[in-house]
Amino acid sequence: MDEPRKATRPEDRPGVPPGLWTRCDKCEHMVYEKEVVEKLHVCPECGHHRRVDARTRIEQICDPGTFEEFDKDLRSTDPLNFTDRIPYIERLQREQEKTGETEAVITGRGFIRGRATILGVMNPNFIMASMGAVVGEKITRAIERAIEENLPLVIVTASGGARMQEGMVSLVQMAKTSAALARLDDAGGLYVVVATDPTTAGVAASFASLGDVILAEPKAMIGFAGPRVIANTINAELPEGFQTAEFMLEHGFIDRIVPRADLRREIARIIDYCGK
Amino acid sequence: MNDGSTTASAVSPARGTSASSAINNGNGFGAYLEFEKPLQRIQIDIEEMERDQNETGRDHSQDIAQQRSRWKATLKRLYSNLTPWETVLVARHAKRPLSVDYVKGAFRDFCELHGDRTFMDDHAISGGFARIGSHRVIVIGHNKGKDIKERMSCNFGCAHPEGYRKALRLMRLAEKYSLPVVCMIDTQGAYPGIGAEERGIAYAIAVNLMEMSRLKTPIVSIVIGEGGSGGALGIGVADRVAMLQHAFYSVISPEGCAAILWKTAEQRKHAAEALRLTSKDLQQLNVIDDIIPEPVGGAHRDPEAAAANLEKYIVSTLDELKRTKVDALVARRQKRLRTIGGFFEDPGDIVRASEKKRPRQTTHRVSRLAERFGSRESSKIIGTGATR
Ligand SMILES: [Zn+2]
Repeated sequence: MDEPRKATRPEDRPGVPPGLWTRCDKCEHMVYEKEVVEKLHVCPECGHHRRVDARTRIEQICDPGTFEEFDKDLRSTDPLNFTDRIPYIERLQREQEKTGETEAVITGRGFIRGRATILGVMNPNFIMASMGAVVGEKITRAIERAIEENLPLVIVTASGGARMQEGMVSLVQMAKTSAALARLDDAGGLYVVVATDPTTAGVAASFASLGDVILAEPKAMIGFAGPRVIANTINAELPEGFQTAEFMLEHGFIDRIVPRADLRREIARIIDYCGK
Repeated sequence: MNDGSTTASAVSPARGTSASSAINNGNGFGAYLEFEKPLQRIQIDIEEMERDQNETGRDHSQDIAQQRSRWKATLKRLYSNLTPWETVLVARHAKRPLSVDYVKGAFRDFCELHGDRTFMDDHAISGGFARIGSHRVIVIGHNKGKDIKERMSCNFGCAHPEGYRKALRLMRLAEKYSLPVVCMIDTQGAYPGIGAEERGIAYAIAVNLMEMSRLKTPIVSIVIGEGGSGGALGIGVADRVAMLQHAFYSVISPEGCAAILWKTAEQRKHAAEALRLTSKDLQQLNVIDDIIPEPVGGAHRDPEAAAANLEKYIVSTLDELKRTKVDALVARRQKRLRTIGGFFEDPGDIVRASEKKRPRQTTHRVSRLAERFGSRESSKIIGTGATR
């Protein structure tokens, strides 16, 4: 629901050829693009974790060649027949062309260090990974797969919130995914959240907060209300580091901050502890 | 009292008589809403005739009676076809009955229970034991506050995490003693502030969504005014979701949506239309089950009648829900949540849908029917989630 950030940062622009020098958004050092990619899109100078698209994330997390995608043909029906400055259907087509994906989440089954998992990965490059009916449905089906196949569920979250263009149909996806997680919980299934930049609004207030274990990437923005909305409401500056992973850790809402390079190992370790 | 000004504060005939209920602008001495200007003009006419009658002794009684019936007819006409933006204005009306009014008007013997047992008592959501019809229930509702002091104390109905935690605590109490839960939603949204984030507003709402989906007691949620996004949904998961006729329920405020998508808040009327936030639209979209009628001219013109309608709806719904065993009820609630939101599954669906005029409505009507009758066949036409 928060305003999607514009894709002006280099990592948000698809197709920056590797081998070029680019400037880090955070530390402004010139960094060798190939090295950044090798470091899983983390700045070698300052450790800034760039946003990565869902396919790249899956490659980073899964054992090579093990990922098997589910439900990739689900598409939005445009339930409201929504048009703002452009029709929603057209916006979707543009996003689909830009990203090569049909929607803002990819789900499937894959192995993480040899452990079979059901995986959901949100794509911050697709309408800010906002949640409409298709995202809600794919997440829900992934949860149900985890129940049926008795496998751990890992969801890598990133989202601007509910997808406005699908109105209340999108809001109710919060309840739909949370209800499915209640069934997973009743079935004794393990659910690990990896909160990445940015995990906000309707996704933060539903499945991203309901993990048995919640990991987050360093400095990821995590919060409910948009920072500008808060600043306007209280009519004051927001404190440094507000709504970051570190802030959430300090206040008790996430378990661990995990650098990207350690994610595979950490997830595997948690799966082993839970005996899944 | 009446200084003859042309503002809407003009006084209607003596209060408490039939004449005053005939012309009740519902605002006390406040202004008419912008779309109610035709009513205001008629009222001014009537007042001028009455003044003239008083001052000069000329008899205008026939004209006055005629204008009064015109006023009533105009009210009926205006409210029978509110635009989405007009609905938003009515739902936010300063005199619209609040949950406290319904607790007094539709329930009996309210016994408020305070606090979240963790941090504080959030006045933006209150709740407690109450009776309605033959039922003992837990009633929970957003509080917007009646006057400025109350409004400040309950943050205009915008709850902090404590409000949602208190609501959940009371729901668990309800579950323990097999009391049904009735929630009344009336909020712009959860409170956007530093403390709310520090104390986990996202987590508090998420937990409510999950726990309400499996609470082993009947739940009825009713949007009585504003249903503002996650802050509304946080007490909105239920066996039966209803809206008062002129309430609205939206993923984002029309102003917020306009600012983001149109880049100007001026487009709020368009946003209100595009968001399909009225009770009628949301029933069509299968987001809500039922619409509770309001008196002509909106709940604020006759709060007693509005409370009576609400009471009737709650009592009959609870009578019905209580006939189902609680495990079956929870299973049905889960299934209801499972089937919200249509989608296209195979490319053929998209082609078939584009051949129809308004495929969406078909989708949702089908899924609604499928849910009601539990038929796998009817839910198959366009994926509703009931089938894999
Ligand atoms: Zn850097």
